[in-house]
Amino acid sequence: MPLLNTLPDYVLTTKTDELINWMRKSSIWYMLFGLACCAIELMHTGGPRADIERFGATPRASARQSDLMIVAGTLTLKMALRTRLLYDQMPDPKYVISMGSCSNCGGLFQLAYSVCDGVDKILPVDVYVPGCPPRPEALTEGLLKLQEKIMNERWLTRANGKPANGAVLEA
Amino acid sequence: MDALATYQRVKERFGDRILEINEKAHDPFVVVEPSAIVEVCRFLRDDPEFAMNCLSNQIGVDYKDRIEVVYELYSYSKRYGVTLKVKLPRDNPSVATMETVWKSANWMEREIFDLIGVTFEGHSDLRRILMPEDWPGHPQRKDFVEPMEYHGISTVRESPIIRLEAKK
Repeated sequence: MPLLNTLPDYVLTTKTDELINWMRKSSIWYMLFGLACCAIELMHTGGPRADIERFGATPRASARQSDLMIVAGTLTLKMALRTRLLYDQMPDPKYVISMGSCSNCGGLFQLAYSVCDGVDKILPVDVYVPGCPPRPEALTEGLLKLQEKIMNERWLTRANGKPANGAVLEA
Repeated sequence: MDALATYQRVKERFGDRILEINEKAHDPFVVVEPSAIVEVCRFLRDDPEFAMNCLSNQIGVDYKDRIEVVYELYSYSKRYGVTLKVKLPRDNPSVATMETVWKSANWMEREIFDLIGVTFEGHSDLRRILMPEDWPGHPQRKDFVEPMEYHGISTVRESPIIRLEAKK
């Protein structure tokens, strides 16, 4: 007789990986970190109308409490070094959403002498959100894509602290 | 009093140290000898007839053969403004700081120093204001060459169009 049929209705069965991932994806804390006009849309996304907190994502003021870095805006070379430092301060597992054209590829300013054209030159990026700037709906979609990615990670079969598939975790 | 009349008064007072009065430009200006610029500005600020109490803008320009620093003054009580220019050599351009007349010159001069490379003598804190401290050269100069990398970050990006055409 299968186990399922012996349990009462209010007991659910699942896999450990999925339970861990379900808890992790429902509490993605993102860092309060904006570089340019995309940060305005980022604030809007956190605000009551778009309300990204429905999905458990809440802003944290410190890199050391954050799971997710949303790079929102033009990344200058001067800021690139600081961004890398902030990323290094975040505890594993950590994720990066590149928000908007500027952090995707340099955008409008990619030929300027002071602009780092693309945050993927300094950090591993999980989700790219296009737009200039992306609407709050687009950023919410990006977060949902990240949740999908988290749900596919296999932590029980990880090797050397890295999941067998899924996010790239670099020191 | 308007700008042109002001230039005439300045010319009367400072004589040869005023090099040129350009009345035909869209925005008439006067070119002052670099050594006299602080004196002229202090006169325009202190004389109640002009009362130029605001240095609204200070600009550095690279013209390939020379470097100019432009001073835009404004009088809130008289409601008009004047434009002064100094011409500097391209090698080691240097002029006295305007900080002693208007304190607001501090950051504007730091910006000109940062981007154009004009040294302001007597400035209280002449550091870069926008670019990183270890940036090579002054990026708004015509002969500025962009570095290929900065702290290991490449500043060159392959065009995605090239990648698309390679696929064909």
